[in-house]
Amino acid sequence: MNILLSIDVAAKKFILSVGQVTLLAIKGFVGIFLPPFNLKLVLREIDNFGAGSLLLVDLIALFTGMVMALQTIYGLSMYGAEMYVGSVVSLSLVRELGPVMASIMVGARVGSGIAAEIGSMQVTEQIDAMRALGASPIKKLVTPKILAAMITLPLLTVTADIIGIFGGMVIALFELEIDRTFYIDSVLTTVTISDLLSGIGKTVFFGALIAVIGCYFGLRTGGGTTGVGRSTTITVVTVSILILISDFFLTKLFLVIF
Amino acid sequence: MSNIIIEFKDVYKSFNGLLVHEGINLSIRKGEIMSLLGGSGSGKSVLLKELIGLMKPDKGDIMVFGKNVTQMKEDELIKLREHVGMLFQGAALFDSLTVFENIAYPLREHLQLTEKEIRERVAEKLRVVGLSGIEIKMPAELSGGMKKRVGLARAIATEPDIILYDEPTTGLDPMTAQRINELIVELQRKLGVTTIVVTHDLHCVKTVSNRIAMLHDGRIITVGTWEELVTSNIQEVKDFISSTICV
Repeated sequence: MNILLSIDVAAKKFILSVGQVTLLAIKGFVGIFLPPFNLKLVLREIDNFGAGSLLLVDLIALFTGMVMALQTIYGLSMYGAEMYVGSVVSLSLVRELGPVMASIMVGARVGSGIAAEIGSMQVTEQIDAMRALGASPIKKLVTPKILAAMITLPLLTVTADIIGIFGGMVIALFELEIDRTFYIDSVLTTVTISDLLSGIGKTVFFGALIAVIGCYFGLRTGGGTTGVGRSTTITVVTVSILILISDFFLTKLFLVIF
Repeated sequence: MSNIIIEFKDVYKSFNGLLVHEGINLSIRKGEIMSLLGGSGSGKSVLLKELIGLMKPDKGDIMVFGKNVTQMKEDELIKLREHVGMLFQGAALFDSLTVFENIAYPLREHLQLTEKEIRERVAEKLRVVGLSGIEIKMPAELSGGMKKRVGLARAIATEPDIILYDEPTTGLDPMTAQRINELIVELQRKLGVTTIVVTHDLHCVKTVSNRIAMLHDGRIITVGTWEELVTSNIQEVKDFISSTICV
């Protein structure tokens, strides 16, 4: 009976959390279209999310592209098709690896940052103060972060795709000694606009997801500085899991659309 | 009775099954300084938060300016908060903003002032709390007492009708605490604001209060002047006062 009761309580808590996250996402998203519009706040967040994550995302993308190329050359050489390394690397990066890797990296860095920032504000009563001074924490904190993440993550993904493909080219040039023009041509003939859009399209959703989850756990922080630590950890775990799960469904959806 | 500006009517509040307020009834008159006295965890701060709609009571009504706060929607609460200033326990200054931006915050949210008017208003409020010229400092550069005073400047920026102080002297040295006490009385005298001070600091209570309400076990057990409090026959009041050595 105790186990059943625990499951019942856990299920109710989970459903409540899903409801609260959804409500926060709706309020935050609707806030994008409601005045007053604070461009300065959004630009500050874009700078924080984008400029701060660029090096990290591109470094990971470079080595992912290089590893992808090495593995692809190994696999394709069994069938004598190693010359198609550019096609395989670029398609994998643009459609799947670029968006997901960039999102997980940004999710860890930005999501935990959001949770820590808002969590600290929560435990030091700054969120209460904001409300007491007549401002809405949703409008001042959540909405700018959602909008900034939705703009920044696709841009970061584009750079990750380019750097990753470049990394693959470096390996192809050294390992296979193929012509650089051949590699670039194989990339350009393989990757279509719909491939690019299906990859970038996912990151708009992932961006919103990262910001909403970070804000949610930040806003429900309690228990002082320990609570802030807990919120950042759970944000990173939740964001990573949700990106991978939602990636499956978005991939299915985009395969139908594009 | 007509000069009553704030009224708690049979207010109940619990957290995770633990009853914090068990039928609070309290009336506060226009222009008076009412101190809420009680031990840590007695729910004093919760009453302040309920008063401006930051928290909702489980049961009961809270009337401010004749309107029931518990029934207000968010936009109505925002209008109400324009008339209420609050000094939080840890000052709750925004870390990422300068002192100027912190004090200008409620002015930008509530009032349609020009930048010049905002600059003048911020300078004036900093002068009132004795901290002129620190506009460009960040909260991290301020001492605890300075943070409290900047918090106070922010609370009075919109020239509210009601000011709420949550533990205004906690964690401060006696000199700074005395300065804050003097400011509370000075502001009430100059601006005629209705003031609620939540504290467990008896010296603060004695210095600033017109009337004092004492909370114990979720209820208001006595309301009266300082003299009435120290001569009270209620055992809990006697115990509270005698346990505070600096009376």
